[in-house]
Amino acid sequence: MDTFINQPVSIDEITPWRPPSIRKVGMLTLITTESALFAIFVVAYIFYIGKSLNGPYPHELLEIPWSASFALFGSSATITFAEFALKKGNRPLFHLWWFITIAMGIYFLGFTAYEWHEFIFEKHLTISTNVFGTTFYSLVGLHASHVVVGLLLLGTILISSLRNKLDHEHHEHVEIISWYWHFVDAVWAVVLTVVYFISAHY
Amino acid sequence: MANGTTTTATDDDDFVITPTRPGEEKGAWSAWIQDLLFTVDHKKLGLMYIGSGLLFFVVAGLMATLIRAQLAFPNSHLIAPDVYNRFFTMHGTAMVFMVGMPIIFGMANYLVPIMIGARDMAFPRLNAFGFWMFFFSGWFLYFSYFAGPGLYNAGSAPDIGWFAYSPLTAKAFSRGHSSDYWTLSLLSSGIGSMATALNIIVTTISLRCKGMTLGRMPLFVWTFLVVAFLVILALPPLSACQIMLILDRYLGAKFFDTQSGGSAVLWQHFFWIFGHPEVYILILPGFAAMNEIVPVFSRKPIFGYPIMVGANVMIAFISLGVWAHHMFTVGMTSLGNSFFAISTMLVAIPTGIKIFNWIGTMYGGKIRFEMPMIFCIAFLFQFLIAGLTGVMLSVAPFDWQLSDSYFVVAHFHYVLIGGLLYTIFASIYYWYPKAFGRMMSHKIGLWHFWLFTIGFHLTFGPQHIAGFLGMPRRIYTYEAGRGWEIWNLMSSIGVIFQLAGVLLFVWNLIYSYRKGKIAGDDPWDAWTLEWATTSPPPDYNFEKIPEVRSRRPLWDLKHPDDPDWKYE
Amino acid sequence: MTLLLPALTARAAEPTVYPISNMFDPLSKPALMIHESSIVVSLICLVIFLLVTGMIAYVVVKFPSKGASDDRQEPPQIYGSSQIELAWTVIPILITVVLILVTTRTIGEIQDKKMPENAVRVTIIGHQWWWEIHYMKPDGKGGWITDFVTANELHIPLSPKDKPRPTALTLESADVIHSYWVPQLNGKTDVIPNHQNHMWFEPWATGTFLGNCAEYCGTQHANMLIRVMVQKPDEFEKWLADQRAAPRTPLDAIALQGRQVFFGNSCVSCHKIAGTVAVGLFGPDLTHLMARTAIGSGVAPIGQASLRDWVRNPAHLKPGVLMPDMQLSEAQVDQVVAYLMTLK
Ligand code: HEA
Ligand code: HEA
Ligand code: HEC
Ligand code: CUA
Ligand SMILES: [Cu+2]
Repeated sequence: MDTFINQPVSIDEITPWRPPSIRKVGMLTLITTESALFAIFVVAYIFYIGKSLNGPYPHELLEIPWSASFALFGSSATITFAEFALKKGNRPLFHLWWFITIAMGIYFLGFTAYEWHEFIFEKHLTISTNVFGTTFYSLVGLHASHVVVGLLLLGTILISSLRNKLDHEHHEHVEIISWYWHFVDAVWAVVLTVVYFISAHY
Repeated sequence: MANGTTTTATDDDDFVITPTRPGEEKGAWSAWIQDLLFTVDHKKLGLMYIGSGLLFFVVAGLMATLIRAQLAFPNSHLIAPDVYNRFFTMHGTAMVFMVGMPIIFGMANYLVPIMIGARDMAFPRLNAFGFWMFFFSGWFLYFSYFAGPGLYNAGSAPDIGWFAYSPLTAKAFSRGHSSDYWTLSLLSSGIGSMATALNIIVTTISLRCKGMTLGRMPLFVWTFLVVAFLVILALPPLSACQIMLILDRYLGAKFFDTQSGGSAVLWQHFFWIFGHPEVYILILPGFAAMNEIVPVFSRKPIFGYPIMVGANVMIAFISLGVWAHHMFTVGMTSLGNSFFAISTMLVAIPTGIKIFNWIGTMYGGKIRFEMPMIFCIAFLFQFLIAGLTGVMLSVAPFDWQLSDSYFVVAHFHYVLIGGLLYTIFASIYYWYPKAFGRMMSHKIGLWHFWLFTIGFHLTFGPQHIAGFLGMPRRIYTYEAGRGWEIWNLMSSIGVIFQLAGVLLFVWNLIYSYRKGKIAGDDPWDAWTLEWATTSPPPDYNFEKIPEVRSRRPLWDLKHPDDPDWKYE
Repeated sequence: MTLLLPALTARAAEPTVYPISNMFDPLSKPALMIHESSIVVSLICLVIFLLVTGMIAYVVVKFPSKGASDDRQEPPQIYGSSQIELAWTVIPILITVVLILVTTRTIGEIQDKKMPENAVRVTIIGHQWWWEIHYMKPDGKGGWITDFVTANELHIPLSPKDKPRPTALTLESADVIHSYWVPQLNGKTDVIPNHQNHMWFEPWATGTFLGNCAEYCGTQHANMLIRVMVQKPDEFEKWLADQRAAPRTPLDAIALQGRQVFFGNSCVSCHKIAGTVAVGLFGPDLTHLMARTAIGSGVAPIGQASLRDWVRNPAHLKPGVLMPDMQLSEAQVDQVVAYLMTLK
């Protein structure tokens, strides 16, 4: 039987056989799953808007996080600059943009920490206070946990690049990690709209 | 890592190929166990999936046997109510998550890479991770019997039903940790399933051998690609609602706390957004096996390959929008009920196409009644019944009567056993020679088939009638005089036949492993790539990666004068 | 509809209890409407079943291989046929359209029915594992308030075809999800906490109809039975009047002692007896206990023996029940039962 398939059957010679990279497909699939996960939490949030039986209510607490959003959305741009620099072979510039990206991510997380601290200790809203607290902390927390994962990934790239272990093959890693980071950003766009723009009226 | 150099440490996720299995020659137990624990080979993982799935099947099946023993007669005192409630919860949960899911993933693991001419899955270590997540969750679920108050009064296993409607799962109604075992187990097995599905998708998209375009992929692989996408989209809602439940139970969150404005119906929506696609995740692999086995034993190519692919995609797509047919009785608006009734009925169309195309494949063929084909023919008949009872359930007003009655129990056992389990049997009879190099006994197989089939229809046929007569499901006892006695007794007698059938099947597996006829590479004279390599295949699957130029590469080789690619 | 109706309703003698809750034997309007669409759908499915089984049988009988020698020659390889495939796509689509029409029409007719003025209004509250039943009266402001409370057994009036008098149920739950299902009167509707549901009956036969809680609700889900008594209008009015009245005071000495035991124990914190200090809401209202035919929502027929059994240890009849064993002495049990027996 082996002889059969080992026979070189030259077919499709005109079209080269180049299936897509497994890492890229993998990342896209991962992003699809994660989107489904977020969708459920977003739906739960929307479902419970205005259904809290007791305060504190969203309109008493929520303020639009301009600076944090700016940082996170901005980091989507800076990571693209970093990628661009890497493609051009400009390592120092790559490090710079990459570092700025991380810094902006950290700033965003810091904001969330600050916001939560205020909500919990001054406004007395915890996850068990009412359905607003429940859905707010779980949705924003889920997003924040993804920011943390993203930052860890970004960090590993930065470290290995600084130690000169990032060679040409790893450029694809940089690319797919940036995809993940863009995804985290896009989710924030949804969270921002639903939580801070829409529900803040209730 | 493999070559000892330092630079590419993160880069060799794929294609880790160990030339020989460690400990293979020595045959020592410890080496064998070590091998199982550390293997990343897709074939071994596949068999481990199937093996542990069958193990859980026997356990969950024995629970079902006890359920039927209790229900054989009215006012029976054989089993205490709590114990009974734990039985059906554990039976249902285990059958769906610890039997159905792992066995289909096992099939995918074993066959998808070989069928597309690859050496392994795209991410072998992720693959092992998926398996161990499932394996851990299975034991974790059953460990609930021994944990907490443990064993006393049959332990603290969950007693919330396999879809665990809130608020029965809230701390107020489910004290102790039984429900926590249930959620944590499903959360971790869900993560494993998503990992495996991701792996299947990447493998089929990126690792097909030269010449295998999407249009030439075996339908089996196509179907699993669709299944994997369903898993990717449908499992996250399950994980999400498990996370919410954990937050509710541990941090006092209010997602499903009806006393504090939470909604009990929301859980149902989230669960069934997962739960309905889940049942198609379970049946599509059955279709996948049909797509391979029916053509080979009819000696004809599958009838209407493109429309079969299209039907799969349609089924998957529609199934994402029908979940609330499990909720016709929760008091949705008439518009909501109508929408979900209609979307549910639409599934009948692509499914019908598949049934008819299989019949079309057999038409004009030369059917060989080997064990795999016999199971497939039974599948056709049984799945037809199951599908039609499904259509009856999808008529919302009819469902107001039938829902949560034994008619539903009959419906889903006809799909899950008459559909899924029969194709699992068929697949095992079909691919066993490939995996172990020996044929399974046809004679024992026939006994297995007839005993199990008689038992199956005897058990679940009468349940339709019990349902018509108003018997609700999940009751540990019932009063005499309501016309249910005879149907329950028949149902319970049927289990004895099923038990004998399963015993013979297990015996066949063991017996044939030692005494079965040597199979050779291609015992069924089949056409897909897995039959082009040795039985069992070497660790690297193919000495040389094949190239294909049609849907039936081996047909082309066997019939060089009349190859398939001329017609495609 | 009109064809099936007389056939089903013509019975030799009207039984007082319908023990077989057969959904194909409807005796109430919504159940009949469901029944009609069920029959249409079942017949369609039966025809499809016969046709397709015939096709399967045909190919299996007609095309088997004739053994090894025959196997060498492969049959003609057919890859498909657009016309045939189109045919078996279009035909199911047409059938589906019929099913959709039948379904949506019936959904609308049953669910969106407006309740007339004369409808009897009842609110049913599911508990683990019994039913609390409120008969409602107008509150004068367009809403409804409780008239009186009873438990487990629902009494409703006959609804003559020419002068229909439906019973409109509002369903609520105090704890987990239950489902109210009396197959011969209507399909089931779930009873969900923090969520109101509605359903209605319009029965044209008197007698006792059986049903079950149809959503798994914990340990004793199996024994959360339902009894609906359909009565002639005058009997129903009499029953209403009896229920509204306060219970009779106990007469004999034993019952008086029992009364003391009852009020001296925590029975009062869980049960209500109208006109007394017993105002508990956790268990069934006992005001007219003896007007019911069964206790524990159907686990046993009511009577001295079963009441004794129950009061001594409710878990004996209904394992897992939420009423505790009250640890009464044998004498006290006798006394309490004697008292309970006076609650007519
Ligand atoms: C493998 C699993 C599987 C499969 C494939 C199906 C397939 C279908 N199921 Fe089933 N179902 C379950 C597993 C499955 N189900 C389970 C586990 C439950 C219960 C869960 C629980 O409560 O515990 C359930 C419950 C369930 C309900 C809810 C009942 C209730 O609880 O109230 C409904 C209602 O609509 C339903 C409908 C259907 C329909 C319409 C199909 C269709 O896909 C069937 C399509 C097939 C055909 C129709 C036959 C072939 C077609 C033709 C020959 C063409 C011509 C036919 C027509 C035009 C009609 N199912
Ligand atoms: C793949 C899914 C699957 C499978 C295969 C089965 C298989 C069986 N099921 Fe299952 N069942 C479900 C999925 C499945 N079930 C689900 C999802 C539910 C709903 C749960 C819920 O309501 O929450 C359910 C509920 C359910 C009920 C309803 C319980 C209730 O509502 O109260 C019943 C009752 O008859 C039942 C019976 C059976 C029987 C008799 C089998 C038989 O086919 C089993 C056959 C197997 C055996 C008989 C085992 C053989 C054992 C050996 C050979 C070992 C011998 C060894 C020694 C003796 C040491 N099942
Ligand atoms: C902790 C609360 C509680 C206490 C105390 C309690 N009961 Fe009950 N009782 C219940 C509940 C709950 C039920 C309904 C059980 C069921 O059917 O599942 C019930 C049911 C009953 C019934 C049957 C009613 C019917 O219509 O089916 C009787 C009779 C009864 N109780 C009598 C008593 C007496 C007498 C006492 C005191 C000696 C008592 N109960 C104390 C909670 C209580
Ligand atoms: Cu109440 Cu089941
Ligand atoms: Cu479904």
